[in-house]
Amino acid sequence: MNIMNTAHVRHGSNIGQNLTRREGALKVTGAARYAADHHPAGMLYAVLAVSAVARGRVTALDVAAAKAHPGVVDVMTPQNAPKLAHHPDEKTNPFAFRLDILQDAQVRYANQPIAVVIGESLEAATEGAVLLAPAYQAEDVVVRFEDGEHFVPAAVGVGAPAEEGHGDVEAGLRNAAQRVDVTYDTPAHYHNALEPHAIVAEWQGERLIIDTPSQGMAIAQGRLAGLFGIAPEDIYIRSPYLGGGFGGKGLIAGPQVLGIMAAKLVGKPVKLVMRREQLYGPIGHRGVTRQHMRLGADTEGGLTAIDHHILTATSRFDDFFEPSAGVTHTLYATPALLTRYEGMRFDTGTPLFVRAPGEASGSVALEGAIDELAEACGMDPLAFRLKNYAETEPLTGKPFTSKALRACYAQGAARFGWAKRPLAARMMTDAQGLLTGWGVGTATFPAHMFQASARAEIRSDGSGVVEIGAHDMGQGAWTALAQIAADGLSLDMDKLTFRIGTSDLPDAGIAGGSAHTATAGSAIHNATGAAIAALADIAMRDETSPLFGAGNAGVVSRDGHLYRRDDESRGESYATILSRAGLDSVEGRGEGAADQAVTENYAGHAHGAVFAEVKVDPELGQVRVTRLVGAFAAGRVINPRMVESQYLGGMIWGVSFALHEEAIMDRRTGRPVNGNLADYHVPVNADIPSVEAILIDEQDSLINALGIKGVGEIGITGTAGAIVNAIWHATGIRVRSMPVTLDKLLF
Amino acid sequence: MKKSPVSMTINGQPVEELVEPRTLLIHFLREQLNLTGAHIGCETSHCGACTIDLDGKSVKSCTIFTLQAEGAHIRTIEGMAAADGTLHALQEAFREKHGLQCGYCTPGMILRAWRLLQENPDPTDAEIRFGIAGNLCRCTGYQNIVAAIKHAAILMAGAQQKEAAE
Repeated sequence: MNIMNTAHVRHGSNIGQNLTRREGALKVTGAARYAADHHPAGMLYAVLAVSAVARGRVTALDVAAAKAHPGVVDVMTPQNAPKLAHHPDEKTNPFAFRLDILQDAQVRYANQPIAVVIGESLEAATEGAVLLAPAYQAEDVVVRFEDGEHFVPAAVGVGAPAEEGHGDVEAGLRNAAQRVDVTYDTPAHYHNALEPHAIVAEWQGERLIIDTPSQGMAIAQGRLAGLFGIAPEDIYIRSPYLGGGFGGKGLIAGPQVLGIMAAKLVGKPVKLVMRREQLYGPIGHRGVTRQHMRLGADTEGGLTAIDHHILTATSRFDDFFEPSAGVTHTLYATPALLTRYEGMRFDTGTPLFVRAPGEASGSVALEGAIDELAEACGMDPLAFRLKNYAETEPLTGKPFTSKALRACYAQGAARFGWAKRPLAARMMTDAQGLLTGWGVGTATFPAHMFQASARAEIRSDGSGVVEIGAHDMGQGAWTALAQIAADGLSLDMDKLTFRIGTSDLPDAGIAGGSAHTATAGSAIHNATGAAIAALADIAMRDETSPLFGAGNAGVVSRDGHLYRRDDESRGESYATILSRAGLDSVEGRGEGAADQAVTENYAGHAHGAVFAEVKVDPELGQVRVTRLVGAFAAGRVINPRMVESQYLGGMIWGVSFALHEEAIMDRRTGRPVNGNLADYHVPVNADIPSVEAILIDEQDSLINALGIKGVGEIGITGTAGAIVNAIWHATGIRVRSMPVTLDKLLF
Repeated sequence: MKKSPVSMTINGQPVEELVEPRTLLIHFLREQLNLTGAHIGCETSHCGACTIDLDGKSVKSCTIFTLQAEGAHIRTIEGMAAADGTLHALQEAFREKHGLQCGYCTPGMILRAWRLLQENPDPTDAEIRFGIAGNLCRCTGYQNIVAAIKHAAILMAGAQQKEAAE
């Protein structure tokens, strides 16, 4: 087989097209089935009982009362929970976070599951859970930075160093003409996907069938296989549609495992759906941070040093430190750079990945501090950012695979009308007397790639099949990946059968880190390329084919046909080639992963610039974002419609970060004070004004064969900072504690 | 627990069932009638994923008992498309204008938008934004949801004019 001589022509009929969502009709009719919509015969309902204390032990549960309630089938507690193959606190790999699945009576955070009631109806099980009337021995809790000891963590995020940098930061600060020394606080955030975690679990002997939303089915299979002592192949996960993920469904959470254990206990299929308030505990959250920023600039406005110190909290029983320094490593050129962390242990669930984990929280502090330094230097904040534009990655000195940030700044500013911005704060009021301000923030997110495999098939009827266990949590994998698949096979979409969303398909890697389209897309690209090559090999060895002997010249694929590259009048259809060879189909397999030579020598990041207008009531301090313009460059765009949606949604998450979201923990009890959608604020439509995303063309021939970076998370970065900076521009007040609520603006 | 008889009309079909008095309407629709299009997001009437239309009002079906719907005329997402499967103008508009991402909020959003357009067939952007402020979209596809509702308003007005002309 001579792959090198088989060109893989993308004729543009699919990639780059603004196709509508392929599963759209299912979603607008209510026919798309999410996990909790399943109802196998004989199914029972499981309901969690969760802890009302944040630290201590459960000393009593009235199991008898619960069981006496009509319709209650059983109560699962640490006494009768099915035995696991290993303890759920065992760290079997870096992505195995400790779970609370009834291993003992200990309570490690509020809303930790302490029992599961299984009933014939949801109502019976719910009432049974209430009747358990748990008693506790509670211990003192720590949920504030003021209340405990700080330490330097061994690593942050998943295995990143807790201290990095170069140059002499103290000398840089000492010799600076202007300095800022400020602290930004960001609160804990909960994902609050609209779909709560849910599972329908059924054991068929030793085989486990589950419907559950997952951003990483293969990782979930591995975790469950370890816990239950069965083979990963014996676990079949269906997750075709997620009602949002945002990182919260990346790893299987304790409550989902409890649904499986409940099904094992009662020997029947079980549905377990978490209630909204139960989500504030066992499924992870964005860790709280306190970020001390020290920056210096010379008389020309060039940075002399950045010192970014991050204090963040993990749980008392596991380690995940919000890695907020990432953006500082990659955004602004500086001769001296230092990022370092301190950690604390809180009596909460373990923080985990929430959309742009680290980048979102770090970005607001960095963009705020940069803006403050621009002000100190008397410079326009956009001009200051351009002055300190990084031509190479600041931390490593590596060149970028591509970086169209200048175009983002220019086009975003032009669209927004930035040139008319007065330099000083509190210079603009609108016709209603509202203080008006404009701010800018730089957006950035790393172009990650994980590992994926895909399978492609060309059939003798001229159709194609592409299979990959990819995940669509709303970002559009059903559509964008199918576009890559159809182009890879040089077929129209209607000739393609495209399968994703179940665990029996090739492992697509995790849908996280904004890496799914790049990773799964690369696997599909390689698998389809291999299928075309295999087909070409059959034709080129067949004396009766017009492609016979084309080996040296090669063949190209287009529109369901192969043609000689040196004479495109000579070709034949896929169907003809396979029929003559007496084959039903030909198959190709491919992998997707980062090119190690590229990652060692280059830095890969998406970039963007976000411009915000806010209006502030001078008497009430009420803030409204009235205009947002973001311009983003993230390599090749597979589907502009989906990409634009990701940017808009990300930017609105940025609005939410700046103005709305905050999980408040009671310092005495450690319980979430606002663990519901009435009190934990997220934007509704009426909060959101005009939002516009500009897609900046960026060609990247290094990052991967398709030139794709990621778009799912970058929109949050830059946006929150732009809004905070606009609030300063409107009011003259620097608010450094998120979210910016009106009490912080009373002047 | 003792069950009580309840009857109502759902998507034009008469429904007679036995339910426990404590059963919420959303659980009745989803678990007993297998109408799973309306979703559950919060069970406290804040998110709107469970929105249905009940006797001319948008109702969050997570905070009403099934027995309270005795005799009611209910419309759910399953009753929006025509019998032959032709999508309703709102469904077509949400699909075409990309007014959805994960799709979980979509059935409730469409039912709410339908009632909004019954009450105000030609809403401004601001009226749409406030009119659907009780329905959360966490993917925050708000721009496109507004565009979809505006587009549907035009389609529906066109259909009405056509009907009147005929």
